[in-house]
Amino acid sequence: MLGLGVDRLQADINRLLASLFHQGVLDEQFLQLQQLQDETSPNFVYDVINIYFDESEKLLRNLRLLLMDREFSDYKKIGLHLNQLVGSSSSIGARRVRNVCVAFRSASELSNRPGCLRGLEVVEHEYHYLKNMMHELFQVLTCFVNILLTFTQTEGKNVS
Amino acid sequence: MARDGGVSCLRRSEMMSVGGIGGIESAPLDLDEVHVLAVDDSLVDRIVIERLLRITSCKVTAVDSGWRALEFLGLDNEKASAEFDRLKVDLIITDYCMPGMTGYELLKKIKESSNFREVPVVIMSSENVLTRIDRCLEEGAQDFLLKPVKLADVKRLRSHLTKDVKLSNGNKRKLPEDSSSVNSSLPPPSPPLTISPESSPPLTVSTESSDSSPPLSPVEIFSTSPLSSPIDDEDDDVLTSSSEESPIRRQKMRSPGLD
Repeated sequence: MLGLGVDRLQADINRLLASLFHQGVLDEQFLQLQQLQDETSPNFVYDVINIYFDESEKLLRNLRLLLMDREFSDYKKIGLHLNQLVGSSSSIGARRVRNVCVAFRSASELSNRPGCLRGLEVVEHEYHYLKNMMHELFQVLTCFVNILLTFTQTEGKNVS
Repeated sequence: MARDGGVSCLRRSEMMSVGGIGGIESAPLDLDEVHVLAVDDSLVDRIVIERLLRITSCKVTAVDSGWRALEFLGLDNEKASAEFDRLKVDLIITDYCMPGMTGYELLKKIKESSNFREVPVVIMSSENVLTRIDRCLEEGAQDFLLKPVKLADVKRLRSHLTKDVKLSNGNKRKLPEDSSSVNSSLPPPSPPLTISPESSPPLTVSTESSDSSPPLSPVEIFSTSPLSSPIDDEDDDVLTSSSEESPIRRQKMRSPGLD
């Protein structure tokens, strides 16, 4: 019975990750992050992704505040925020978010306000999609780990 | 020399506990250790570069701007330079695009200083712009890394550094192995995760994970060995490289049509 649960979760994880790579939501850099995880930094991937979320949401909020201001004209500032977002997204392997930020940045370089507003909407959409997918992934992984732990604890009792 | 401010403070205490990122050593550094000063205005990038460097056995000080870097090096105040005789920095790695002082400007200042002009400086940038690369190399940058920076890039830098420091210190130092050194420090057996574009057979789970192994965090479940095949996406417009490709990456940067 345990075997079935584990198999199903394995398949879920695999399918979810494969899908994210297929869709281009994630790229190879995401896998690089895993190489940076070890027993001295066992939660590295989880932590760096959460920090990415915190930082990105701050930037997105600032971008929205800037663009919502009717007297807005500071496209350079938009560009600086976007440089940050492009950089951090690419560092964690969030390829699609990175790409739509680049497109948004092009609009800001042309001082194109409607283009910027559209760009921001697209970035917000892609960002939230990524965040939801990551939450789902971490949830499935947690279930997986919990099942394994339950199994090993049970086994431990049986053996003794 | 204890200083605060400007050195990035990470939110997670686990990351803080990986020593060095939140503080600056006040005692002279162990001559056997490679000390790297990393400069990047992005918190996420600082964390990643710091981790990349630590995993290749470097001691790291990470700061968030060129000004902080100069402050750390004592280059912002000529009077203080005498105190920094004991400051040992083996490598400076800096982002190019930073508000205030760019990585290029920082590079110039370092090369102008008598104390630090011999220290190799590496520039990182997410933009593959030939004129930018050439300008940095002309100004004396040791290397130019395209972001996102990969473990293979840092290992390559590290191996060059080790040779240099060996010569100057006369200390014997082991060169890091290729992927085996990363593998050896990984957690106890977890289920290997194979990823391929096609739907693949279920993962094999090692249920002999012993009762004495520590509880797995959500993400320890990921692969413990580097995946053999990179994800094969169709149109790869982002520059990516496999681990042995670093020289090719440099060539890639110089080929036309990539600007």
